Amino acid sequence: MKSLLATLALTSALTLPGVAAAKPVTLTATLNDYGGDGAYLALYVTDANGAYAGSLWMAGDKSKYYEHLRDWYRATGGSLAEIDGITGASVGAGRTLKITLDLADALFDAGYELHIDAAVEDMRDSPSDVVVPLTRAGTGQPVAGRRYIRAVAYDM
Amino acid sequence: MLRQFHKLSGLLAALLVTVLALSGAVLSAFPALDRAGAVMAPTDAISVADLAGRIADHYPSVEQIRRTPSGKVIAFHFENGAPASIVVDPVSGQAVADYAPPALERWMTNLHRSLFLDDAGRMVAGLGALAMALLVFSGLQITARHMGGWRRVLGRARGSRHRRLHVDFGRPAATGLMLSALTGIYMSLSTFGVVPDGSAQAPGFPEQVAGGPAIAVDRIEAFRDIGLSDLRELTFPYPDDPTDAYGIKTATGEGYVDQATGQMLVWQEYGLARQVHETIYRLHTGQGLWWLGLLLGLAALAVPVMSVTGMLVWASGRRGRPRIEANVPARAADTVILVGSEGGSTWGFARTLHDALTATGHKVHTAPMDSLAPRYRAASRMFILTATYGDGAAPRSARRFLARLEAMDAPAFPVAVLGFGDRRFPRFCRFAQDVEQALLRKGWASFMPLATIDRQSAQAFARWGTALSEALGEAVTLTHVPARPRSHTLTLLTRRDYGEAVQAPTSILRFAVPRSGLLARLTGRAFPRFAAGDLLGILPPGSDIPRYYSLASSSRDGVLEICVRKHPGGLCSGHLHGLRPGATIDAFIRSNPEFRPASGRKPVILIGAGTGMGPLAGFIRANRRRRPVHLYFGGRDPGSDYLYEDEIATWLGDKRLSSVTTAFSRVAERVYVQDRIRENAEALRTMIAQGAQVMVCGGRNMADGVRAALEEVLIPLGLTAAALKAQGRYAEDVY
Repeated sequence: MKSLLATLALTSALTLPGVAAAKPVTLTATLNDYGGDGAYLALYVTDANGAYAGSLWMAGDKSKYYEHLRDWYRATGGSLAEIDGITGASVGAGRTLKITLDLADALFDAGYELHIDAAVEDMRDSPSDVVVPLTRAGTGQPVAGRRYIRAVAYDM
Repeated sequence: MLRQFHKLSGLLAALLVTVLALSGAVLSAFPALDRAGAVMAPTDAISVADLAGRIADHYPSVEQIRRTPSGKVIAFHFENGAPASIVVDPVSGQAVADYAPPALERWMTNLHRSLFLDDAGRMVAGLGALAMALLVFSGLQITARHMGGWRRVLGRARGSRHRRLHVDFGRPAATGLMLSALTGIYMSLSTFGVVPDGSAQAPGFPEQVAGGPAIAVDRIEAFRDIGLSDLRELTFPYPDDPTDAYGIKTATGEGYVDQATGQMLVWQEYGLARQVHETIYRLHTGQGLWWLGLLLGLAALAVPVMSVTGMLVWASGRRGRPRIEANVPARAADTVILVGSEGGSTWGFARTLHDALTATGHKVHTAPMDSLAPRYRAASRMFILTATYGDGAAPRSARRFLARLEAMDAPAFPVAVLGFGDRRFPRFCRFAQDVEQALLRKGWASFMPLATIDRQSAQAFARWGTALSEALGEAVTLTHVPARPRSHTLTLLTRRDYGEAVQAPTSILRFAVPRSGLLARLTGRAFPRFAAGDLLGILPPGSDIPRYYSLASSSRDGVLEICVRKHPGGLCSGHLHGLRPGATIDAFIRSNPEFRPASGRKPVILIGAGTGMGPLAGFIRANRRRRPVHLYFGGRDPGSDYLYEDEIATWLGDKRLSSVTTAFSRVAERVYVQDRIRENAEALRTMIAQGAQVMVCGGRNMADGVRAALEEVLIPLGLTAAALKAQGRYAEDVY
């Protein structure tokens, strides 16, 4: 029941920004100078059991490369409906992706985790390059990624 | 029409196409380098299971194994928690080197594919590929036509140096460039989804996995069946995640393998679209076909040469022709004027006629004679204005006219031919007469008989205009003002006089080559380079009509040298004879690329008399390679008009000249040069059988005599002068 509520809250938070229980959250992800082309990034959320809960943002517009974002692709089957309207350009090496989203309060301190899958053309795929637990205490704390992401932080 | 198209596309796309070709040429080296860095193994023997097992032994944290089309095996793993990538020897499973895709390759790929401009850049690159395909196609068509048919398309290219370079580089590169262009167009279309690239049908992750304990990778049955040469990518499951599975991509399809049972859970073959796409991708990039990549790269290197020479050909073409205002397209014109011009003066007359007819309300189309089309939809009449080149041959812009005339039917509208020539030569307006004959034979109607203009006379042209007015029934006034060609000022350095005693006053004049500043060179107004055999057009004071003299020196000699015979009453020759060193004249260069010794080391036979010795002396002077050169020189008296006597002795000494045979006609033993030819028939035959070429320079009478003598000499060889001429081994510069 609780997870269902949270799922509903998440989806409605994304589509109805006026809902009272949501807050604008700024996500900042800085990439390493990995010496390659622009990186495709999939930002999505998993619940306390590790199951996929919803996508937040897709950086990269050519759908034929989405299969390289392996964990996201596995969870969603590559469904474009999941990222309808929340797609942007890929992010260059050393650059920063900064997005502001309305996230439901119920997402925080409930075991939800933010995943970012990353992939670069002709270089290794990096599924779940960084995993950040969503907690109020963790606001502003940068978390390092494994390969392409230097640091991710979120601000409320 | 085709040439216009080629010119226009070339000019617009030159820069883009050059950038794409050069970046492509650089990229073509990488598959070969890749191949060189790969460790090859007898690929049949090794299965994917073996390979994966060996790598996993040495690198337990391996995440992904990839095999590039050139055979390199790359493994991605973790080393002390940090991601690493290595090139692996498939036999031992150990690292050979670190893997890092060269930054240059990536940079070049971004330049080549999208000019660093993302999608908009990709579109531009795609258009560039299209332009390349069109340029190659139109270029081949033009070359075939120029050579006279597809069967002769590999023959010797003719024309100015730039044109020859353009064709010589273009022909061998054409196949490679066309392949690159067409595959490039396909890839562009597939990027934008216009053609399917087969990537949409990836299999979904299997819903159920067995979930038991994972077995060692070298015991996975599905991998035992796949050979190393088929492997593309193998992705390992997460180490502690029993719900994950192996992902495998091979040359024929992709799928997922259970890590507990070793069975293939999901498998999807690649469809036709994907295979086609991959083949085309490999043909374009040369990946996996490193030798093809290198060949295509070499072909691509021809593109900058062709861009530059193409632009130079265009530039010099523009300078040769005056601008014709209000030139209506062929299909809309009621009057068509076709022009056969060598030096550009006939174009000036055509422009006067064009302007006069346009002023009375006609729609006039003026074009070179070579552009004769089978149909002129709206035309009611046609004019043909043509000069003659040399000995009755077609001028530069009319070389294919007669062939085109043969291939078409007579139209409904009538034609009038106007020839331009010089009455001092016996075959006055010879080409114009040939054209008239051909037209009559093909049944064309004529509304005015053939008329001729002597020595560019404006009055004669005006009189023809009156006759035209009567024929047309409307007033046409032709006031021709000859355009003064752009000229440079030359200063006389030295002169040597010969021939006074034998009533053949001849002088060898040397002028200084004018120096051009940087600005002049950049704007194309510098004094051009010239070689012996080219013509110096001199504008004598009091006339805007140039007189031409053959050059006896090249740019390399640093002087402009001509031989001038003084004609009684000649305006230009008289003026030149009166010049003292330090005096100046106005002159320009007209190139004459057809009168040159062919490149190579075959012998050259030079035959000249009087002032005809000029260009021949230039050829001997320029004979640095010391090929055999045999000179036959005719004059009147060795004591008076033996031109270049001292130089000839020098040239014999340093072997630039192999032999000289003289003939003098006003001494006791009167011999003409054609007699010498008959005397030496045997030697000449031997040389000609070895591939020698003959070059004749001098007056009309001498040239006729020499030709007759040569025909006799050639009979035992079964050749004629005309046959030699067709092979490019018999050239005349006759006046």
